[in-house]
Amino acid sequence: MRSSSSNLALRFWQALILVGVFAAWHLLTAPGILPPIYFDDPHRAPFLFGEPLKVFSRIWVWFAGGDIYRHLWVTLVETLLAFVIGTVAGLAMGIWLALAPTASAIFDPYIKALNAMPRVILAPIFFVWFGLGIASKVALGVTLVFFIVFFNVYQGVREVSPVVLANVRMLGASPKQLLRYVYLPSAMSWVFASLHNAVGLAFVGAVVGEYLGSSEGVGYLILQAEGVFDINTVFAGILVLTVFALVLDWVVTLAEKRLMGWQPRSGETERI
Amino acid sequence: MSFALALENITCTFVSREDRAVRYTAVKDTTLSVAPGEFVSVVGPTGCGKTTLLNVAAGLLEPSTGKVSVFGEPLAGINTRAGYLFQSEALMPWRNALDNITAGLEFRGLEAREYLEKGNDWLRRVGLGGFGDRYPHQLSGGMRKRVSLAQTLILDPQILLMDEPFSALDVQTRQLMENELLELWSANRKSVVFITHDLEEAIALADRVVVLSAGPATHPIGDYRIDIPRPRDVAEVRLVPRFIELHREIWHAMKDEVLKGYAQQLQ
Ligand SMILES: Nc1ncnc2c1ncn2[C@@H]1O[C@H](COP(=O)(O)OP(=O)(O)OP(=O)(O)O)[C@@H](O)[C@H]1O
Ligand SMILES: [Mg+2]
Repeated sequence: MRSSSSNLALRFWQALILVGVFAAWHLLTAPGILPPIYFDDPHRAPFLFGEPLKVFSRIWVWFAGGDIYRHLWVTLVETLLAFVIGTVAGLAMGIWLALAPTASAIFDPYIKALNAMPRVILAPIFFVWFGLGIASKVALGVTLVFFIVFFNVYQGVREVSPVVLANVRMLGASPKQLLRYVYLPSAMSWVFASLHNAVGLAFVGAVVGEYLGSSEGVGYLILQAEGVFDINTVFAGILVLTVFALVLDWVVTLAEKRLMGWQPRSGETERI
Repeated sequence: MSFALALENITCTFVSREDRAVRYTAVKDTTLSVAPGEFVSVVGPTGCGKTTLLNVAAGLLEPSTGKVSVFGEPLAGINTRAGYLFQSEALMPWRNALDNITAGLEFRGLEAREYLEKGNDWLRRVGLGGFGDRYPHQLSGGMRKRVSLAQTLILDPQILLMDEPFSALDVQTRQLMENELLELWSANRKSVVFITHDLEEAIALADRVVVLSAGPATHPIGDYRIDIPRPRDVAEVRLVPRFIELHREIWHAMKDEVLKGYAQQLQ
């Protein structure tokens, strides 16, 4: 365990880097602070790279004015739906194929092909199938989330210790109970390893989908701002999305801590 | 008389997955029967096929040829009348000690109140009263073995298959556990197949000691009745003249096989 004072020092350095990055950004872009080195026109740098103060005021206006909530909500719903549907489907399919060697052998090349395909190119098809609303973004997110969860579950189920399995069978577990008491919990540790990636990808699906065609969502805000060369709003959207993704990742970490308490972690002794 | 467990002419040949031509006959033409209530120890050099034989008896491994019957009926699939104490780690790492012990009762559909009561009782009987909420990785190797023991015995199986159950324990705990096992067994006579490396342990516990040859093609080379009266105390019984006599006799028969087995492993 790291002691709390060095933990505090760590936080301090992390905060310092954040402040440093924004300060550098400000210095390099605000017109009139630096003499013209690269750009002759002092308004050229802020035009291309934005200005942090304006970015923050943009974010402030969004949240204080309440414009952003509707868009955030849409993006959140798309992300969560894609995440949940993709995870459940990946879990079910992963367990099924891991337990059915013949089916797994038959599907193997197709799964490899689907996984190798850059699935973002499916977006136009989804727009045709599901329209420009939420459904097409969810579908895109699902295709991204599904495979990462699927491969992890498949691996997890196949790596169940044969001795544990034999023991549980000797203790009288039915095939259904084997699934519930052995395969699922064993797969869960692999699932959680993949969920951090999966959350990120669900998010990518939602935002890219919005960016390619929609009338609401944070991706749509960014697209609009880009259309009128409002770079500050683009950066504001990116910042909001990043914080948002961090929050989702943190929720996954919390769930992991709660559900995976049985896992050994290194260094559990207390240093006095 | 029908045996509790009868293995008849069992042969197990393992075939390599990569190359079907590479095969290894671990056990050949082995016949072993255990009467109801009988305690049989099986000793043999390392790698000879003891675990293989036990897996066959448990119904986890189908023999290449031969027949297994349980209380007179041919065995198909898992041997549901047997409890199996595995040689390697077999606890579910995602369940704590108590939940591991009660797993079998849960599978049988008992109510939570009932199986928790029994589980706590068994936790105390194996000396782990305060450790019910620990996960396997938080227990010592010996503690895990005791959880496994409770996990198996709580189901009260008619046949008990034990694969070197006490070899991970220190000598004192081991003798305590051995005495505990004898006490449990004499109160409620199950048929026991007890596998061990340790000839002294085998003689101290069993009614009969079966000696296996070194592999490949392991088969029994000796079957000794242990006529030392019960109840026994595993520490004291080692000083009984008859014990020493039997030990000398069986060791004499085993010695060459042990050396053979050891030499094979060095190759
Ligand atoms: N699944 C398998 N495939 C191939 N060979 C195997 C397999 N299982 C066991 N064997 C071989 O069969 C022989 C007997 O193995 P087994 O585990 O029964 O030995 P053992 O008597 O229990 O040894 P120990 O006392 O060290 O536990 C060994 O030589 C082993 O390599
Ligand atoms: Mg063995």
